[in-house]
Amino acid sequence: MLFSHGLMDIFYLVIFPGFIFTMTIGLLSTQIDRKISARLQWRVGPPWYQPFADVVKLLGKEIIIPEGSNKISFLLIPFVGFAAVILLSTMIWLANIYPDSSFVGDLIVIIYLLYLPSIALIIGGSASRNPFGALGASREMKLMLAYELPFLLATFTIVVKNGGIISLGGILNYQASNGAMITQGASCIIAFIVALFYIPAKLGEGPFDIAEAETELASGPLIEYSGVTLAIFKLTKSMLLFTVPIFILSLFAKNIWTPWTILWYLLILFFIILIKNTNPRLRIDQALKLLWFPLSGLSLAGIILAAVGL
Amino acid sequence: MSDNHKLTDMSRWGLKKSPWAFHLSTGSCNNCDIELLDALTPRFDVERFGILLVGSPRHADILFVTGIVTVQALPRLIHVYNQIAKPCLVIALGTCACTGGIFDGSYHQIGPVDKIIPVDVYIPGCPPKPEAIISGVVKALAKI
Ligand code: SF4
Repeated sequence: MLFSHGLMDIFYLVIFPGFIFTMTIGLLSTQIDRKISARLQWRVGPPWYQPFADVVKLLGKEIIIPEGSNKISFLLIPFVGFAAVILLSTMIWLANIYPDSSFVGDLIVIIYLLYLPSIALIIGGSASRNPFGALGASREMKLMLAYELPFLLATFTIVVKNGGIISLGGILNYQASNGAMITQGASCIIAFIVALFYIPAKLGEGPFDIAEAETELASGPLIEYSGVTLAIFKLTKSMLLFTVPIFILSLFAKNIWTPWTILWYLLILFFIILIKNTNPRLRIDQALKLLWFPLSGLSLAGIILAAVGL
Repeated sequence: MSDNHKLTDMSRWGLKKSPWAFHLSTGSCNNCDIELLDALTPRFDVERFGILLVGSPRHADILFVTGIVTVQALPRLIHVYNQIAKPCLVIALGTCACTGGIFDGSYHQIGPVDKIIPVDVYIPGCPPKPEAIISGVVKALAKI
């Protein structure tokens, strides 16, 4: 039912919740990130069009395919991650605008789609036949194993709490009648805190920029990418910076189809920027320990609390 | 500027507004490198002009070469230059890179940078001040 409006589908995917809208807001969020980071370091920071200029420039540059790489996966995989983000954003927004039109289990589809950009990084890094790329890919893989566990447990808390609804529209309808999920007791507050830690890990920002590691891996999986393919990776990351917080907001803070979302989104963005600028990068084993033991333990406690009814 | 003629107005604008820099030392005394790093500190804040230091030559638009090209560095310089996605600018940073400077005529050198790859802008000085580096980058961007 979600995609059954004929021509409207193309509009949804290309213009409003999909490509153009998500890209614009995502690039603007990247700009907010760079500007606030600059202000925190007592700098002036780049002008407002900076991320757009970066993308325009990359689109005009040469694409180099490294010798001995797997050409097809190297060139195609950025687009897989990119398409996944567009679909993800469209699904989340449409579920919010028309809660009744979402299908059962779309929560699971959304979680699967969230994997794809990271998998694109892993495959792209491995296909590039560069030792740094391979190292970055292996770190991204370990990081993925680390952050998915607490986040899955956190989403599971919501499902337990609302009595087994696994469609995003259903969760939104439940919140519309019973109040936002985050106000429903201690278990949901715990799940929300865990989900907040998931955002920088998912985006490879802040203390979790282990895979890209500018200083020692020279941007890891992206090391061999140039031109359009690099632009697609940068765009994917910017769009995720918008989509992941929006997904978490619609899980925890009622329908996002209200003006208040702008405020909540900016607060989450500011939180991400603050922990990014105040924490040094974690080692991969430290990240694994942090995400598996304290945070997964916390989400497990959240599930138990939710099962008891708190 | 290699491949300049192929650029559209849009990518010309993009290249001017977001030049990413890659830094290669081909045998400098390390002083020019330190001045380049000084130019990247928050005091000068070159991110105002969109300049970022990148770790991979594939992402770079400007190649900063410091120091005279030594016999050892020659293959590396050619390799890195070929790895950069074109169009790109090459800036010879410091007197050594421009003319050979105090190392001119020594036994270990091939010559200044423009003997091997095309150079767009020369920034003389031993070492050049960060202000001179920024002014050199502005001149380089004007050539796009
Ligand atoms: S120009 Fe001067 S400071 Fe720069 S590498 Fe040569 S000798 Fe060193």
